[in-house]
Amino acid sequence: MAKTMKPKGKSKISELNDSVQGSQAWNSIFRPGSVFRKGYSDSPRNRSYVIMNSVLYHLHPVKVKRHAVKVSYTLCLGGLSFFLFILLTITGIFLMFFYRPTAAQAWNDIYTLQTSVTFGLLVRNMHRWAAHLMVLTVFLHMARVFYHGAYKPPREFNWVIGVILLTLTLLLSFTGYLLPWDQLALWAVTVGTNMMGYTPVFGDQVRFVLLGGKEIGTDTLLRWYVLHVLFVPFVTVIFLAIHFWRVRKDGGISGPL
Amino acid sequence: MTEIPEHLRKRAEAARQKAEDAKATDDPTKGGAAGGGDAPAASEADSKIPAHLLERSKAAKAAKAAGAPEAEVSGGAVVTAGAATALATAGAPPAATGPAGHTQRLLTVVKSGSIQDVKSTPVDKVHVWPHLLAVEFVAALAMTAFTLVFSIFVNAPLLELANVNETPNPSKAPWYFLGLQELLTMFHPMVAGVTIPGMGIFLLILAPYMDKNPSIKPEERKFAVSIFTVFLMFWAVLVIMGSFFRGPGFNFVAPWTGGLFFEL
Repeated sequence: MAKTMKPKGKSKISELNDSVQGSQAWNSIFRPGSVFRKGYSDSPRNRSYVIMNSVLYHLHPVKVKRHAVKVSYTLCLGGLSFFLFILLTITGIFLMFFYRPTAAQAWNDIYTLQTSVTFGLLVRNMHRWAAHLMVLTVFLHMARVFYHGAYKPPREFNWVIGVILLTLTLLLSFTGYLLPWDQLALWAVTVGTNMMGYTPVFGDQVRFVLLGGKEIGTDTLLRWYVLHVLFVPFVTVIFLAIHFWRVRKDGGISGPL
Repeated sequence: MTEIPEHLRKRAEAARQKAEDAKATDDPTKGGAAGGGDAPAASEADSKIPAHLLERSKAAKAAKAAGAPEAEVSGGAVVTAGAATALATAGAPPAATGPAGHTQRLLTVVKSGSIQDVKSTPVDKVHVWPHLLAVEFVAALAMTAFTLVFSIFVNAPLLELANVNETPNPSKAPWYFLGLQELLTMFHPMVAGVTIPGMGIFLLILAPYMDKNPSIKPEERKFAVSIFTVFLMFWAVLVIMGSFFRGPGFNFVAPWTGGLFFEL
């Protein structure tokens, strides 16, 4: 009895599988040639299809030079910077649910997040440490690219975009620094913005625009919050897209010596 | 065209020379008697054109040189011998021949690489899946694990509520700006806070345009490497100094005696 039942159940599952994979919905989701349509068995053709018929094709070519996958050459620094950016976006969105950018509420929100929200402390920690790490990896990525001479023609302009991204990373980190609204945040930002206030000719105006007033207060908090969660990430994503596009157009990562 | 290896070509040349010498010594009488016919005979031997075809072409050439009677037959015109060659071409259907008798013209020269991307050396490539994606996945996973574990054990600082009336001593900027804060102790705030970092960014942007050296070998770009190392070390030293060796009043303090005045 059991013997006859087993193949019957199995065929039912495969029948269901076929009907799902043959459905219009399924086929509208996955492109013709996608490994999710026709299954994956290891072959050079299927290895190409994994990239060609998925969104990954925007990021990666089907094939790369063999040295490009050598970890000791790039140390994955650029990719890790991008990954940290994604990790920061995810943890940052989580934090946004519990945070109000006003001088009266900001610190209390962070405190409540740490003490009363499930995983609140952990996610805030991750956001903070990932931010510091990202500054570090972006910086090291720049050093790696320089020492390999990977900024040389035709990659000059991509280096320029990279420098812009480094500045944007610092801006992202610095704008986020104020948001907990504790003594550390307030005075670190005071020191930082005082320096920018010494910009020649329109130093006072620069400082006024940055602070949203003569002194750091609740207006500054709102301003930096919007910069931190919307404006700077938006600009960063645009430059990231150009950066990645140029990496491929300029011939992939540079060759070994 | 295939390249003939040097040693094979030399061997063939030597063999041909030897054969010619042997021929010359074998029948000196024939060589002497042939006279003018010697050169065609040699070429005959060289080019493997069948003898009867050569005979036919020779006959045709002779007929063309004689010219007139044949032209008369084909063209039906009465001409003098002097105009024979002109008439030969006029009478026959006009052949598109160039000045040297060529039947084709060179229209253009297309250099290799101008239209097609000619790869001089094959590039060793691997599939992104699984070779690169697997590496990226592991790197991302390791980074996540590191951040997660670090966050479990080390808490982000949250000091007391911000108070504009109570200045902590020392007040420090975030660590990546501590180099600039360190410069503040040495220069006018405008120089330390705006001019020097502005110049730094500007120089970084200009780096690929200033560095005209095409080589990427470290031993051939010692100057660039040293300058950049000095640049990195300059900031690293300033940041470390500002982070760990500055205490109250932003005065020098040794972290092992005066304690650490540093929050991330």
